[in-house]
Amino acid sequence: MTAKRLITGGLIDRSKKLQFFWDNKKYFGYQGDTLASALLVNNIKIIGRSFKYHRPRGIMSAGVEESGALVTIGKNEYRDPNVRATTQELYDGLNAFSQNAFPNAKFDLGAINNLFNRFFAAGFYYKTFMGIPPFEWGKGTKIWMFYENFIRKAAGMGSASKKPDPDKYEHMNDYCDVIIVGSGPAGIAAALEAASNKLDVILVEQDSDLGGSYLSEDSKNLKNKISDLKNAGVRILLRTTVFGLYDSGVAGLLERVSDHKAVKSKYEPRQRFWTVRSRHTIVATGAFERHIAFGNNDLPGIMSASSVDIYLNRFSILAGKKIVVCTNNDSAYSTAIKLANSGAEVKLIDARSSVGSVLTENALNSGVFVKMNAAPFQARGYTEINKIDLAESEGNRWNNTGSEECDLLAISGGWSPTVHLLSHRGIRPKWNEENACFVADDHSEPITLAGSAAGYWNSEDCINSGKSAGIKVAHLFGKEKSSYSLPNIGGWNNPIKPVYEVRVSGKQTKSFIDFQHDVTCDDIRLAHREGFVSVEHLKRYTTLGMANDQGKMGNVIGIALMAEALGKKISEVGTTTFRPPFTPVSLGALAGRNTFQHFRALRRSPLHDWNLSHGAVMIEAGLWQRPWYFPQNNETLSDAYIRETATTRKSVGICDVTSLGKIAIQGPDSTELLNRIYTNPFAKLPIGKARYGIMLRDDGIVMDDGTSWRLSENEYFMTTSTAQAARVIAWLEELLQIRWTDLKVHVTSVSEQWCGISVAGPMSRECISKCLKSPEIISNENLPFMGVVETNLKQDIPCRIARISFSGEMAFEIYVPSDYANEMMEMIWIETEKVGGCLYGLEALGALRIEKGHVTGAELDGRVTIDDAGLGKMASTKKSYIGSAMRTRGVLSDVNREQLVGIFPKNKNATFDAGSIICKPSELKGFGVGRITSVTHSPELGHWIGLGFISGGYNLWKDKTVIATDPVRNKNVEVEIVIPHMFDPQGERMHG
Amino acid sequence: MIRIKCPYCGDRDHSEFTYGGDGSIVYPELDASVEDWTNAIFFRKNIYGIQTETWQHVHGCRLWLKIKRSTITHEIESIEPAHKEIIKMVKNK
Ligand SMILES: [Zn+2]
Repeated sequence: MTAKRLITGGLIDRSKKLQFFWDNKKYFGYQGDTLASALLVNNIKIIGRSFKYHRPRGIMSAGVEESGALVTIGKNEYRDPNVRATTQELYDGLNAFSQNAFPNAKFDLGAINNLFNRFFAAGFYYKTFMGIPPFEWGKGTKIWMFYENFIRKAAGMGSASKKPDPDKYEHMNDYCDVIIVGSGPAGIAAALEAASNKLDVILVEQDSDLGGSYLSEDSKNLKNKISDLKNAGVRILLRTTVFGLYDSGVAGLLERVSDHKAVKSKYEPRQRFWTVRSRHTIVATGAFERHIAFGNNDLPGIMSASSVDIYLNRFSILAGKKIVVCTNNDSAYSTAIKLANSGAEVKLIDARSSVGSVLTENALNSGVFVKMNAAPFQARGYTEINKIDLAESEGNRWNNTGSEECDLLAISGGWSPTVHLLSHRGIRPKWNEENACFVADDHSEPITLAGSAAGYWNSEDCINSGKSAGIKVAHLFGKEKSSYSLPNIGGWNNPIKPVYEVRVSGKQTKSFIDFQHDVTCDDIRLAHREGFVSVEHLKRYTTLGMANDQGKMGNVIGIALMAEALGKKISEVGTTTFRPPFTPVSLGALAGRNTFQHFRALRRSPLHDWNLSHGAVMIEAGLWQRPWYFPQNNETLSDAYIRETATTRKSVGICDVTSLGKIAIQGPDSTELLNRIYTNPFAKLPIGKARYGIMLRDDGIVMDDGTSWRLSENEYFMTTSTAQAARVIAWLEELLQIRWTDLKVHVTSVSEQWCGISVAGPMSRECISKCLKSPEIISNENLPFMGVVETNLKQDIPCRIARISFSGEMAFEIYVPSDYANEMMEMIWIETEKVGGCLYGLEALGALRIEKGHVTGAELDGRVTIDDAGLGKMASTKKSYIGSAMRTRGVLSDVNREQLVGIFPKNKNATFDAGSIICKPSELKGFGVGRITSVTHSPELGHWIGLGFISGGYNLWKDKTVIATDPVRNKNVEVEIVIPHMFDPQGERMHG
Repeated sequence: MIRIKCPYCGDRDHSEFTYGGDGSIVYPELDASVEDWTNAIFFRKNIYGIQTETWQHVHGCRLWLKIKRSTITHEIESIEPAHKEIIKMVKNK
């Protein structure tokens, strides 16, 4: 194949010469070239090697259907593998590399696989693994594992960079009346018609330029159309692929913003992922030209006829000198004529026995040699085609009939409308016998097809169908009442002759259907012999159509061969389902900006900066950033939390608890609501008192725990755990809006409105009272344990205080409106510092509560009942509440259920880990008898302690030694089971 | 992605909503038997066709909605607030 650039014509800019690198060697092309056209004109024929057999592969098409010229673009962390050279625009300095070849695509050692093709037939992996002949040696996984390693390395495509993606991506959202996919003659006609009816239209084109097939025709006509579109207010998205259609008129789009640029602007993303919601979709996506299966049909130098036409007209490249065009339909005739007019020696081989005289005369007049009733049977040549053996049809058989020398073979095996997007919506294509293609079936989706995607083969029909689609949509939206009529689909002067495979009996050939996955005709027949008769099974067994081109060129041939093997019609065999994406979508685009610290929302307490400026080391707790510990003088985590815990028990500690969920419960039935959702009684909670409560789910499992403070007759302030805050408010809303619609209660999340701290320790009251306008208001008499008061801090800062303890110490929770957070903290911290108190973080909070045996989300993990958690006495027997019927059902009242216990190490110097399994010493395996949920060093006890669950609970295991086993860390520690309230079990400290 | 027309807020992406569950359940009284509760919360029909379900517009007005949706096509047949009084309020909006 010797390609050359013509002196004039095409849409390339000959004044802008671009240099690019192919496998590190420098070449030149022009602005307007694709990488494929630039490689073609530089006569680089072998672009890559095939997946299994490492056969040389060249450029086969000029579009997204390309399955030969897959390359890697860019270097290092910018490397992008498996890019179709046919859709990559050329830019100055572009670096492209061949794939799947060592040392290079031209001379590839892996090609030795080609000699062993018997072993690589369909189902190769399964057979080797199962030890099915001829793969007996594969049985037993050892040999398999060994070979698999090499095979995986040899089979494959490009490889991605293992470094983080340095590019930026964006998400965009938009709305319109009509989204039109494809800007060929039909798409443009539809857009103009819809826009003239005042509809908001988005026209999406995957190419760098509008026009579709217009790009290979008269460019003045196209220029006028484009200015019409702009004047009509059509919104245009270029370099953008509608990769999927989803429910409710939602389309997923990928816009390649800067993949075609040598230098991107500073804040420009690489790609944008669009979600467009439209009321109607017009699919004008055109059609793909099919290949024909014959011997060595994958040789470089064999291309689709339409792509040879595109290279000639759009890129001004005559791709060969001696060109053979093989066709079974009318469309390749004009290509053959144009090639001959451009100076090539052209022979046109038509599989049909006769066609109308106009067609042949035009060809003959242009100097094209025409031969009827023949088709390609076997291509010759080692790394590129130099001769094509032809066959003549005789009834249903093909007989060898001489050969033609050529340096380029252009194939047209018919056309397949691009119905992928309809398939995404569950619209099955059905086989149209007359036009030998799948067309979309009738459907009720808000989608209209236009142009060759609907099966129209000539431009005039395509334009009319586009126009009709625009009018139809206007009708749907009540805009216009002008009439339209659709042409009949098809439209060739001479009928197509279906030709899928050309095979001469007695001749062994390797005829490819799926060029990317190296699937041959024999693989299809083998699959059929082995019993894979459904197309969906056929696809998965042979991997036909499962490469990144999704079978755009070869699927129909595979289905036709399966139909032949089954003795059925194609219409009876059907087709596989196309799924999104239409073309590959980078993961970076799907992620958009939601990466690293932007991966999820970040929540900070209003004290965040205050905590940081006082030395806090932060930790993530769900979405929240919370102080973990406050190190002093290079303390480690464990130094710090042990000091914080001890200081709190000795004097006083302050902890930011703003992340707790906070809900305002207001209305005359508030008390009734609380009494129904908490297990313990709330009917008689006096005003000015708080109560700790537990909520169950409908099925009797614990949902959450927290406190509710009665502020007045009809108002409560509820706190929930940090983790369940969102769930509890949604749950209360569900109950009030769905189940108990008669209750007069309003629930409002006020988590953001209030900032809270816990002040704990024997000196807590002293520190707080100094900050209050009326210090006596929190005296032991005025504010006993579980008392609540609404009052003012100094500077008239309003606050709510409850004497609540999670630490087991005398403690207060203080809430102020979030805007006063810093003032409150500053005030109380000054008094705390004076008495030698400290700030404490999540780690010390954990230590304090574990010492007391208080449960949190680590224990209340959605599997635990109120009895399991040792809180059975909080389950009222005098009232009914959510979960009361179910909490004692069957398995939930089994005496062998795991129950909450405390855990001490036998050797007091030993430590053990959360997540350990508790086993009997005699049985260090399996699920054990329990598990450890939380651990800490206890400064009060002077050793490591834990909380966990053990089958049968404390009574069954007291005085017995068990093992905390941690198979991951390979650690076994002797432990003993104690009661969960490991420190101050009588609770004397917090009442004092 | 399904689009859901919230009676209060208008047409929105389903990502603004959370799915609740079977909207046809009549929950028993709190003091009902274990059998009644078991039937209500564990035994479900696997509907092929139109199913009544609850959704909450959690990133919007926080209304709980009853939605009749086809489990085959995701097409939504009807949407209304679960709370009868709220239906009236939304209608008068
Ligand atoms: Zn809403």
